Amino acid sequence: MTTFPSDAGTSLDAPSSPSRLEVKDLQTWFYTGRGVVKAVDGVSFTLEPGETLGLVGESGSGKSITCLSILRLVPEPAGRIIGGEIWLGDTDLLQLSRHEMEQIRGRHVSMVLQDPMTSLNPVFNVEKQVGEGSMYHLGLHGSGLKDRVQQLLRWVRIPAPEVRANDYPHQMSGGMRQRIVGAIALSSQPSVLIADEPTTSLDVTIQAQYLQLLKDLQEEHRFSMIFVTHDFGIVARVCDRVAVMYAGRIVEMAPTRELFGSPRHPYARALIHSLPDPDTEVEWLTTIPGQPPSLYDLPPGCPFAPRCSEAMDICTQEYPPTFETGIAEPGAAGPPASHTAACWLYGDGSR
Amino acid sequence: MRRYILARFVQALVSMVALSLIVFFLARLTGDPRDVLLGDDYSQEQWDKMGELWSLDEPIYVQYAIFLRNAATGNFGESIFWKEPAVEMLARRIPATVQLTLTAMSLSVIIAIPMGILSAVKRDTWIDYAGKTIAMLGQSVPAFWLGIILIWVFAVSWSLLPTSGRDGPLHYVLPSVTLGWFTVAGIMRITRSAMLDVLDSEYIKLARVKGVPENVVIWNHALRNAAIPVVTFLGLILGNFLTGFVVVETIFSWPGVGLLAIRGIQSNDFAIIQTVVMFGGLLFITINFLVDIFYGYLDPRIRYE
Repeated sequence: MTTFPSDAGTSLDAPSSPSRLEVKDLQTWFYTGRGVVKAVDGVSFTLEPGETLGLVGESGSGKSITCLSILRLVPEPAGRIIGGEIWLGDTDLLQLSRHEMEQIRGRHVSMVLQDPMTSLNPVFNVEKQVGEGSMYHLGLHGSGLKDRVQQLLRWVRIPAPEVRANDYPHQMSGGMRQRIVGAIALSSQPSVLIADEPTTSLDVTIQAQYLQLLKDLQEEHRFSMIFVTHDFGIVARVCDRVAVMYAGRIVEMAPTRELFGSPRHPYARALIHSLPDPDTEVEWLTTIPGQPPSLYDLPPGCPFAPRCSEAMDICTQEYPPTFETGIAEPGAAGPPASHTAACWLYGDGSR
Repeated sequence: MRRYILARFVQALVSMVALSLIVFFLARLTGDPRDVLLGDDYSQEQWDKMGELWSLDEPIYVQYAIFLRNAATGNFGESIFWKEPAVEMLARRIPATVQLTLTAMSLSVIIAIPMGILSAVKRDTWIDYAGKTIAMLGQSVPAFWLGIILIWVFAVSWSLLPTSGRDGPLHYVLPSVTLGWFTVAGIMRITRSAMLDVLDSEYIKLARVKGVPENVVIWNHALRNAAIPVVTFLGLILGNFLTGFVVVETIFSWPGVGLLAIRGIQSNDFAIIQTVVMFGGLLFITINFLVDIFYGYLDPRIRYE
């Protein structure tokens, strides 16, 4: 196993070496009094350096648990990663000790949480919270650390950082707090940033600002990003590729424009059709019939089959493998030009 | 922060005035002390003379003013039974009580806080179950019963420890354990639940995301937040120790304030009771004041209010 070299003393502007993130067949299950919940069940994807992958799906589809699994912060003891591999460069994160994992978090893989009102510690000032990562990962202390905090606050466009550094979270607005969270996440220049619905709890004008800030920072510091959201508008704006999750699995993965243009999986199609079109006036928005399945009691076969208008016999018997469906609109930029769907409609037909 | 301290100080002063009013009027409610002091056989002259001596025939607000003036100069009257200034008697008893408090309190804190934290961190493991059992026992076993059982086992049956008195370190063991037993349970329970709440929070998640080592997450990030309810509870407990003392000092014949209070009540000693109650109240107010200041130190949201 290769570990990452210690970065103490290296140039601060050198990001952690850009690495490819590869998740293979990840399974994270929760053992509860009511039974086993397969919150994430066989998720695989890769994230190329500098790329932004959108992770969309309804609540409970496993987006957040996938992200927490990458950081190995699944709430224990109920939740456990029971299978799979998570490769960052040539290190399998699932093989690291707890201590080694602490050196990965924040340094190489970092995360922006959803709610800025609760994700900052109320009893520490901004300087302590923003500087902590650089202290542990970059070995900064004293005035070096102070300067670093100022620099980070400037990155996220906090006005008057010398003053704001001494403030406490309750003295700041939601938008400003979320920028502080951004500064914390980026403080050691990770190569992968996970953004778990970072704008959901911000109001709309601040949302747009924050998205722009993230994009600018990504441009400047070249990290790759996993962007969790259920807002397709945001997906269209920030993501290179999108993975659609349903009941703990990725059901479709494609470059963003490709997904919007020709969704393959019936669930993804239904989702995209349910988006209101501003140009046509409709009385009712399209909805998907039925309820998302209870994860305690998943039906055999494809979990979407009971709600699917195109379900076939095999759909209720066997979970479909992931099929390559081919790019419908070639020319769309983006690294691996592939469009996959886990749906029997794209099987070879002989089954 | 200075404004905050000042505000708390003014509040403490108001509480003290309220305390003095309650002590004064409660004492008057028990009747004219001359009824007790003079017995059944007295002349009108004796009655008037004593009334003049203690201003008992003045209007009630004048009496209160005199009471306040005397209290301010530390004069709470003379013990009827022992014929000694009540304040001096109290002062002699304070060291014994304070020593016992500090011993019991430090023991409780040293044991209970790490146990509470461990219980929360190792939630739903055997460590947690053991902790919960201790907490349940501690909260359901009354001090008067525990004290007697401890004397019976350790002093009478096994002759390991003295039953009563205050002649050396060994004498502290049983009274401290009796006093601390309930406290350990309470502090542990509060620490555990406060830690569980905090450990579940988003800012703890973010601290872990940053790569902060787990022991720093627990002992710095989490404990600093969980400390607020714990400190509140410690303040309350410290005040409650005073009532605990009446029981524990009686069981172990510990020559402290609690025992003095009991003696005063038994002999209808007006001055003693009034002094002890006043002392207890003052102590309670002082502790609360200190707890409030400590909050300000712990939580910036309070500091900048």
